[in-house]
Amino acid sequence: MGMAYGHNHAWESVFSFPIGGLELLCDSVKIHNVNVEPQDGAKKLDMKDLLTWVRGNLIKERPEMFMKGDTVRPGILVLVNDCDWELSGQLTTTLEDKDVVVFISTLHGG
Amino acid sequence: MEEEAHAKPKKAMPRQCCVCNQRRAALKRPKTLDQICKECFYEVFEEEIHQDIVENQLFKPGERIAIGASGGKDSTVLAYVLSELNRRHNYGLDLFLLSVDEGITGYRDDSLETVKRNEIQYGLPLKVVSYKDLYGWTMDEIVKMIGLKNNCTFCGVFRRQALDRGAAMLKVDKVATGHNADDIAETVLLNILRGDIARLSRCTAITTGIYSPNAYRGFAREFIKDLERIRPRAILDIIKSGEDFRISTSTKMPEQGTCERCGYISSQKWCKACVLLEGLNRGLPKLGIGRSRGLNTDRNKDVKEISVAKSIESKQCGTLDF
Repeated sequence: MGMAYGHNHAWESVFSFPIGGLELLCDSVKIHNVNVEPQDGAKKLDMKDLLTWVRGNLIKERPEMFMKGDTVRPGILVLVNDCDWELSGQLTTTLEDKDVVVFISTLHGG
Repeated sequence: MEEEAHAKPKKAMPRQCCVCNQRRAALKRPKTLDQICKECFYEVFEEEIHQDIVENQLFKPGERIAIGASGGKDSTVLAYVLSELNRRHNYGLDLFLLSVDEGITGYRDDSLETVKRNEIQYGLPLKVVSYKDLYGWTMDEIVKMIGLKNNCTFCGVFRRQALDRGAAMLKVDKVATGHNADDIAETVLLNILRGDIARLSRCTAITTGIYSPNAYRGFAREFIKDLERIRPRAILDIIKSGEDFRISTSTKMPEQGTCERCGYISSQKWCKACVLLEGLNRGLPKLGIGRSRGLNTDRNKDVKEISVAKSIESKQCGTLDF
């Protein structure tokens, strides 16, 4: 899979929505390779910035299916490099170049 | 060294797995709050299921067991775990995969493909039963007849019964269906909210699964996921409260009998599927949906015509009991 390299201070992440139909909110695309700039000149990008970015740039419809308040909706699992984000500080998890972030909805379908 | 420093830096927070103390923890178990790695999670998860199977004597050697397989995550995990434990601990079970094809264009195709992969991967024979074969109607045809409203009633009732009919064709002794803790907690909560005591006790009985489509299911699910965020054990506590629910012996419970038409279990004269099917075939698809109108009046008339025996009608039709 082709990976576009980011310019300076851009963090490149791969997003995926593998199960649960969350991709329906983003034109049915399951895997997104993206470059995200940290906000307001900050040096680091964290999950909070990322969710804001995803909501503004990837989610095409019904954002309330993805987010509640400033975080993901309860019932959506978030993995950063195959690790539950509860273990890395959730919204405060800092992201590095080439990190892989996965969102899995457990709300529908078994 | 140079390369190592460049390798993906470990996040500061994740700690070692509390079981093996070697690998990096990948998740926090809601049940114990233990931080645990992927490998150790599989191990304790499979061992706990084995213990539950043994303690509750769920299976006997030589039994034929159908695994309800939808192609989703719960039933795929179930198929994997049961075939793995059957081999590892010599349960001596004959396992089968049983799938229901509702006949919804573009919906089941993907998941049936997953089930076919399960068939090959775990070496389990697969049986697919379709609504068309069992009832003479596909879901597409039903929707064309009754519209988008209320079709969940048909699908839910028909699916539960289709599983049982498929099980009879396979001549299995038991059907195993995969539900996660969220599903069961949600069902406990809904049965409490509906005041459905009969099903409240049945829904946590270990070998019984129920299917109950409902509009407010989604709200209950969101509510329990909110609770879980505040207190991760909340989901398991709700299930426990359902298990511990005791009903005063003087409370009259609806009896579970059999449908006079098809012989399927039913707490009423005709099972829900037969009522719904009768409505479809007579061109009165509203029969069996909603409250006292339609079904009750119509069916009570039928019942009276057939016999004047005691009415086992004990609840409103809207409660969707099987």
